[in-house]
Amino acid sequence: MSHNKSLRASATFSQQVLDEIHRAADQGIYEIRGFGAKRSLPTFDDLVFLGASMSRYPLEGYREKCATDVVLGTRYARRPIKLKIPITIAGMSFGALGANAKEALGRAATAMGTSTTTGDGGMTEEERQSSKILVYQVLPSRYGLNPDDVRRADALEVVVGQGAKPGGGGMLLGHKITERVAEMRDLPQDIDQRSACRHPDWTGPDDLAIKIQELREITDWAIPIYIKIGATRVSYDVALAVKSGADVIVVDGMQGGTAATQDVFIEHVGIPTLPAVRMAVEALQELGMHRKVQLIVSGGIRSGADVAKALALGADAVSIGSAAMVAMGCNRNIFVEDYEALGTAPGYCHHCHTGRCPVGITTQDAELEERLQPEQGARWLKNYLTTMVLELQTLARACGKTHVLNLEPEDLTALTIEAAAMAKVPLAGTNWIPGNNK
Amino acid sequence: MAAFDLNTDSVRVLNQHLHDSPSGTLSVTNPGGRHCIACGIDAPVEVSIDGHVGYYCAGMNKQAKITIAGNAGPGVAENIMSGSVRVKGNASQYAGASGRGGALIIEGDASTRCGISMKGVDIVVAGSVGHMSAFLAQKGRLVICGDAGDFLGDSIYEATIYVRGNVGELGADCIEKEMTADHVQGLKQLLAATGVAANVNDFRRYGSARKLYNFNIDHADDY
Repeated sequence: MSHNKSLRASATFSQQVLDEIHRAADQGIYEIRGFGAKRSLPTFDDLVFLGASMSRYPLEGYREKCATDVVLGTRYARRPIKLKIPITIAGMSFGALGANAKEALGRAATAMGTSTTTGDGGMTEEERQSSKILVYQVLPSRYGLNPDDVRRADALEVVVGQGAKPGGGGMLLGHKITERVAEMRDLPQDIDQRSACRHPDWTGPDDLAIKIQELREITDWAIPIYIKIGATRVSYDVALAVKSGADVIVVDGMQGGTAATQDVFIEHVGIPTLPAVRMAVEALQELGMHRKVQLIVSGGIRSGADVAKALALGADAVSIGSAAMVAMGCNRNIFVEDYEALGTAPGYCHHCHTGRCPVGITTQDAELEERLQPEQGARWLKNYLTTMVLELQTLARACGKTHVLNLEPEDLTALTIEAAAMAKVPLAGTNWIPGNNK
Repeated sequence: MAAFDLNTDSVRVLNQHLHDSPSGTLSVTNPGGRHCIACGIDAPVEVSIDGHVGYYCAGMNKQAKITIAGNAGPGVAENIMSGSVRVKGNASQYAGASGRGGALIIEGDASTRCGISMKGVDIVVAGSVGHMSAFLAQKGRLVICGDAGDFLGDSIYEATIYVRGNVGELGADCIEKEMTADHVQGLKQLLAATGVAANVNDFRRYGSARKLYNFNIDHADDY
């Protein structure tokens, strides 16, 4: 269309809003999609490091040691998790992802000396065999949960919520429910599986403390027990997770991804990862439990810089899900005609819910799955993780740290007032932290 | 027969024994409402508990035959895989939650959410059950010889519910279904196997209308 000066778009009813109203009028149902929040949010990009200069002493960038190892689950477990890098792979279900993708995640994590995590749908043999360190999720749905897998897990993660949908349950649409997926979940094929949003056998932190006691009894107190929460009332939730007996707390910000959730949920529930980290650390510090109960942060972690900033704010490790899938080919500019068949394009795809993933990750279709071979997927992800670690070490050395966990809030400054207020680090060029009455 | 007195032996010591060297029969006295007694067993042992137990007794049980001569706290036999758990008294909420196999027999009443999210277990309650029982029940059978509280079988999948007494308001997508000869025969065998005396002809069967299995805008009011 040629430029027409008389046309005036509405800021309130933008073209995107108009399209959504028209879609709703046609279909009578909310939009369901995959991926995470697409709206603009305050992120770690709004923070920068204050590299060493006169007052701080940097480390030689390529030669001096900068360690990255981290130990998780030191509070009660007899066998804490020892990771070589502070980047773990987040829980993603078999069902949402194909078996090849799950195996690739496990292979890459193992090659890097880190952990991967099951998901809502149970533990597959492929991921157990390919993952040296495997965290087994205990979810509200309890799909596939069994004591044999509990005992062969390296840690358990009680999932209370996730960043993409705190307060909501999982969803796996019928066209992704193959015979194998259905059997693992004890449900018929082809039905829309809407996982529960609450656990079936506990209500509240007092019950959860006893539930965790049961899991410890079943595993003879050997392995760590994580609690994962979606970031909302982080200060309270972290304190209650500590009270409930968690060894490790996973806080997932609203940028965290999902395979299928209502768009309104993804975009309008929860808080960003940036303030969530700081709130979680403060809660742990107030209880004297910082570094005693380890903190894993997830939700929109994309680079070594993001990892470094999360650690500087006080996290012990991070977890990646969406970024790991992108490394394995998600939204890569290949098989373009298949993106187009879904009504999307490389760079814009969030169609995990359809089961027609053009690059073979979030699918149960045998032909599409062939597009992601576990060896290749693992290679891509290993390369990506290696890059992230190098970036992380580069920034830590620049701040004079011999271990990445020595990064601290004093190494950071904020570029925006919002980020300064959320992360509680000073606005660049000032000593001002909005909200601090000093 | 091994014997544990929980006034002097800890639950930890008991469970470790049941995990490391399970064999034959074992008695537990003075449970005193303690939590997590006899959970995580994977052996064909017989465990007799003389008294009341707290949360999650017999959780994730495999193979073992466990008898509780008393009342059971929340989550008794949660996620049971096989074997059997018998509660001679009453059971609190979430009894048999997400159970995937085996049998749970409650000789008294069960509280709310009995059989929630059940995935293949057979639960037989000689008394009544509270509200929201068999919520999201996927597979298996819940037999209620007494009455059922409101919202029975809410969002039920392929589990089957049998009720002898009165039923409150049914949950979403739960409907009464025909008792076929196969159902009568199956129920008869289950009652005989679990030692619960009841006339099979007095029961009605409930299951899923399957209207909520795939989203349909015309069924939006049923959610």
